[in-house]
Amino acid sequence: MVASLAKRFGGLDIAEEAAAEAFATAVERWPADGIPPNPGGWLTTTATRKAIDRIRREKKRDDKYREALLVIEVPDPHEPLESLGAIDDERLRLLFTCCHPALALEARVALTLRMVGGLTVPEIARAFLVQESAMARRITRAKDKIRDAGIPFRMPSAGDLPVRVDGVLTVLFLVFNEGYLATGPDTDPVRAELTAEAIRLTRLIRSLLPDGSPSSGEVAGMLALMLLTEARRPARLSSSGELVTLDEQDRGAWDAALIREGHQLVRERLRAISASNGGEAPGRYQVLAAINAVHTSALDIRDTDWSQVVALYDQLVALDPSPIVALNRAVAVAELDGPEVALASIDRLEGALSGYHPYHATRADLLRRLGRSAESRAAYDRAIQLSGNTAETAYLTRRRDQLG
Amino acid sequence: MQYLMSVFGPAEMSEFGSYPDKESMLQALADTDEFNKKLQAEGHWVYANGLASATSATVVDGRVDPPVVTDGPYLESKEYIGGFWIIEATDLDQALDLAAQGSKACRGKVEVRPFQPLPL
Repeated sequence: MVASLAKRFGGLDIAEEAAAEAFATAVERWPADGIPPNPGGWLTTTATRKAIDRIRREKKRDDKYREALLVIEVPDPHEPLESLGAIDDERLRLLFTCCHPALALEARVALTLRMVGGLTVPEIARAFLVQESAMARRITRAKDKIRDAGIPFRMPSAGDLPVRVDGVLTVLFLVFNEGYLATGPDTDPVRAELTAEAIRLTRLIRSLLPDGSPSSGEVAGMLALMLLTEARRPARLSSSGELVTLDEQDRGAWDAALIREGHQLVRERLRAISASNGGEAPGRYQVLAAINAVHTSALDIRDTDWSQVVALYDQLVALDPSPIVALNRAVAVAELDGPEVALASIDRLEGALSGYHPYHATRADLLRRLGRSAESRAAYDRAIQLSGNTAETAYLTRRRDQLG
Repeated sequence: MQYLMSVFGPAEMSEFGSYPDKESMLQALADTDEFNKKLQAEGHWVYANGLASATSATVVDGRVDPPVVTDGPYLESKEYIGGFWIIEATDLDQALDLAAQGSKACRGKVEVRPFQPLPL
C-alpha cells in the first residue's frame, strides 16, 4: 500500500504517514462498525484520502496548493481494486528505489528495511547499533535524496536489471549476515529477526521478478544460500552461548525442511545451467549455495566431499578473486590437502586481511593443528581482539586456552 | 528535471590539459563533440562548456563594501571542475546514463547534481 501511495503522491513520507493514519482509523472504527467487506480496498481508499488531506494542509502553507490539486485525481472509492499483480509490481519498484546505487550502501540497507520490510526506525537503529535519532536522520536524508535527485520509482531497464538486482542482493545479504553473526558486545550473537527478514525479502524479489529474467538464477542462488545457512542456526550456539563451528555442530539439530528447500533450489539451478549448454554460467551466489549444499549433504565433517568443495571454491575464485574468497578456499584445502598446504596459501593474504578477524581465527586453527602452539596463541589473541561477536569471542578464547 | 554534470580533472595541467599526449587530447575532444551533438539531437542539451585552469580563478566577496578581491580558486583541492554540462533528463537514471556516456567521451569522472525544482 505504501508503494502504491508513494507512486501516486511521489513521496515516501506522505505515503508512510497516510498508511499509518489509515491503520489507526481502522483500529478505531472496525471494532465498532464491523470489518468492511473489502478491508484492503477500504485501507487504500482511506489512506489515499488521508494523503490528500495531508498534502492540502501542507500545500496551503505555500504556493504549491494549486499544483497539488492539478496533480491529484481523487480516486473513486467504488473503483475496482488494483490486482495483486499491480501491487506486487509496485513493491518491486519500491525495492529497486530503496536499493538505488546513487544512495550510500548504509542508507540503502536502512531504507529497504524501513520501506519494504516495514521495520520501525528504533528496530533498525538497534539492528545496526546506531542511535535512533541518527538512524532517523539517515532515512530522512535518503528519502530527501530520492526526491531531490529524481531517483525514479520504476523498474530498471532490461539492460540495467542484472546490475540493479545485484545491488538489491548485496543489501539483503548484508542484512542476513548481520543477523547470522551479529556485531557488538550488547546484541544477541545470532539475530533471527534479521535473517528471517532477509529471507522474506529475498523470497519476495524472487516471486516478483519476471520468469527468465537474466538475474533470476542469482536470486534463486541467494535464497538457497540463505536457507542452507539459516538451517544450521539451531546448532550454531552451544548451551553456554558459545559459537559452534561446522565440524562440531549437532547435525541432527539442523532444520531439515530448510535444507530440503535449499537443495531443491540448487538442483533446479544445476539443471537450468546444464540445460543452457554453457549459455548460462552460475554467479557467485549460486556457487556459494552449491558449496553450502555440499556441506549440508554430509553426515559429518569427514563425510564431506572436500574435493567438490575445493573445486567450487576454484570456480568462485575465478568469479571473485578477492582475498576473502581465497581465505575460505584455504579452509577447504586444509581438509583436502592438510593444514600445512592451507597455511602456505593464506600467508600471502596477511597484507590484505590483517584487520579481518576470520583470517587470524583460520590461521590460529591451522597453526594449532600443526602443533605450533605459540604462534597459534598469538593468532587467537589477534582474532579475539578483532572479533565483535560475543559467541565467537567465547569460542576463540576457549580454543586458545586449550592450547598446550 | 535539470542536472549539472561536472567533470573533474587534476589541478596541474600539462600542455595537453589533463591528457597524457596530444593524440589522446584530440581524440577526447572529438568524442566529447560527438556526445554533445547527441545531447542536442535527443533534446537533453541545455548548455555545456569547458573551463580554463582553476589557477585562473578569482574570488570576490561583495558582502562588504568595497568588495574584496582575492586570487582563486576559492577551495584548495587536488582536483577541480574542468568543464560541465547542464542537461534535461526525465529522472536520475537517465541522467546517470548520459553522465556515463559523457564521462567515457571526455575521459573524466562526472558528478551529477540536480538543480532545485523551479518555484511556481
